[in-house]
Amino acid sequence: MVYLTRKLEFSASHLYHNPALSAEENKRIFGKCNNPHGHGHNYTLEVTVAGEPDPVTGMVLDLKELKEILEREITQRMDHRFLNYEVAELKGQIPTCENIARVIWNLLEPKISKGRLHKVRLYETPDLYADCFRNGVHGA
Amino acid sequence: MKDGLKIELGRRYRFSASHRLHSSKLSEEENRRVYGKCNNPYGHGHNYVVEVSVSGTVDPATGMIANLADLDGFVEREVTEPFDHKSLNEDVPAFRENVPTTENICKEIYQRLKHFPMAKLERVRVEETGNNTFEYAGEEL
Repeated sequence: MVYLTRKLEFSASHLYHNPALSAEENKRIFGKCNNPHGHGHNYTLEVTVAGEPDPVTGMVLDLKELKEILEREITQRMDHRFLNYEVAELKGQIPTCENIARVIWNLLEPKISKGRLHKVRLYETPDLYADCFRNGVHGA
Repeated sequence: MKDGLKIELGRRYRFSASHRLHSSKLSEEENRRVYGKCNNPYGHGHNYVVEVSVSGTVDPATGMIANLADLDGFVEREVTEPFDHKSLNEDVPAFRENVPTTENICKEIYQRLKHFPMAKLERVRVEETGNNTFEYAGEEL
């Protein structure tokens, strides 16, 4: 098995607020992420696909194809957007790194035509990231 | 969410500390041979990076596995505060007898963090320099 990873960056704004909680609770739980005007990050996304290299092309999955999938599914949807208001898949969810990573997994998994999606790692800052993968599948 | 997906949260922390690699079980010559310049009796230091991975259920109310403020506070209390700007050999009791190699530092940090009450500790990765990295995920059962 070979693991192929492609990286991309996008910039977006968000805020953390749960309407089911009081203003004080929101402030206490989410701290400065609760600022009603939002704030932003440069996100770095690492997408890992696992598979056997095709004997004819030597590729697990054509990088060009993966790049197009990422451009269409992630960059166009999330880059320079306000995640709370402009990304339908995040409606009703707090756009934390954990939740965005899961949304990205669900967007990408059905589009990977060769190999299988192995891991999604989303960095919100260089010191904070979330990993998403299938339960029981780990490594690399 | 029962979708068969697992989410882990990774967070990086830093501390700077000095150490000396010297084993009381070895002779002076053997210590010099095994540890080279890390055996310098006056010690030397590094800027360490500690990467902590935790897993758990994402709380639908907060979107979080664990509140970062809780994780940061726990790591600060258990690791950063007792290790930062310290001599690991002199100031951290675990390294009085145990040689403070990054392997042992990794295991010591894992022991200190495994009781984090809000999420499950998956692994600890320690970078001694940009070129040396060690990882510990507990003992295999």
